[in-house]
Amino acid sequence: MKDVRDVIIIGSGPAGLTAAIYTARANLRPLVIEGELSSTGDQPGGQLMLTTEVENFPGFIDGIQGPALMGNFRAQAARFGAEFLTEKVTRVDLSVRPFLVEVGDLAFRARAVIVSTGAKSKMLGLENEIKLIGHGVSTCATCDGFFFKGETIAVVGGGDSALEEATFLTKFASKVYVIHRRDSLRASKIMQERAFKNERVEFVWDSVPVELVGDTMLEGVKVRNVKTGEETVLEIAGLFVAIGHVPNTSLFVGQLDMDENGYLVTTTGSRTNVDGVFAAGDVADHVYRQAITAAGTGCMSAIDAERWLESQPHEAEILETPTEW
Amino acid sequence: MAEGVDVLTDSTFEEEVAGADVTMVVDFWAEWCGPCRMVAPLLDQIAAENEGKLRIWKLNVDDNPVSARKYQVMSIPTLLVFKDGVAKKRIVGAKAKAALLNDLSEFL
Repeated sequence: MKDVRDVIIIGSGPAGLTAAIYTARANLRPLVIEGELSSTGDQPGGQLMLTTEVENFPGFIDGIQGPALMGNFRAQAARFGAEFLTEKVTRVDLSVRPFLVEVGDLAFRARAVIVSTGAKSKMLGLENEIKLIGHGVSTCATCDGFFFKGETIAVVGGGDSALEEATFLTKFASKVYVIHRRDSLRASKIMQERAFKNERVEFVWDSVPVELVGDTMLEGVKVRNVKTGEETVLEIAGLFVAIGHVPNTSLFVGQLDMDENGYLVTTTGSRTNVDGVFAAGDVADHVYRQAITAAGTGCMSAIDAERWLESQPHEAEILETPTEW
Repeated sequence: MAEGVDVLTDSTFEEEVAGADVTMVVDFWAEWCGPCRMVAPLLDQIAAENEGKLRIWKLNVDDNPVSARKYQVMSIPTLLVFKDGVAKKRIVGAKAKAALLNDLSEFL
């Protein structure tokens, strides 16, 4: 059997690219199937591609831009021989050996697979939401904040991402509502302090969006107070949603063990329930979800994969014994 | 910038759009927009591969706010497709090349 690779890495955020650096340095010649371009966090480089300043990645005293950081990760992996394919995996079969990974009509075989497909932002699921993308509803604050100079806009959510977006957006908007379903935030203290101090940020507590107002252009959002049931329309020109993430695991349904929210389940480091398949980063982490933890588990998955490969009999070579010479 | 991709400004927009004899695709972009920078080389390729059928123009929204406002661009990258001087289609967001070609297929 020809063209069997040692390792295929699916996904190219901090987890996948760290796994690529480590497996490349171990001479495993990883193929990184890095995903497809989009305006969401589900793209080559992952969620950091849509951020600006990253202040908490160790090693950068003055911070670094998210896309620049991911560019560095990728270049570092490439330097050690990692190969990249800028496409999306369409199907995997983890019941065969070597594993099968398909990208459209292309089929790849690998002895080990590292899954680092990450997570993507949840949408609200309201009527009109998709239709209004580009007309007031945005999936990318860093791309679209500019268009709301002097306007009133809203961010939905109460975590770090929501407050970071809200604070960033006050550079442009004159007022940013933060709509949050509870009366306290789960964001880090430093982000909370920044948001509370910012005069352009106004919190709308205990509230959830129930309707987007506007036909061809967003004009407002109707919110319901979850405690009183009262509904209010906030007039806004822009809406940014940061209410959490869903793991990108649809490829693996029925093949890899997942928890009730679709996150991959790992045991003993990065091992999944399938021998030879490892998981790293946000796809298997709904708790920490940091670039540094993703990079850390990416490293673990590479070491786990390397050791697992070493422990395996070299089936591929046996299968390759020529019979037609 | 590859051949077949030209720069458009607020002052040249109307003239170029009205005078175009092929399909015009205007790429609204900005330096600080990551997805815009990533989609740019794909547009360069599409322009080069479809010479004579369509022409791709880049419009920097930082320097040319009038056109962005006029066409209600509120998200970038946005591609506006013009035929005979009229905006026919709006493509919002960065996409893979195959998806872009699919969106543009009716004009190719």
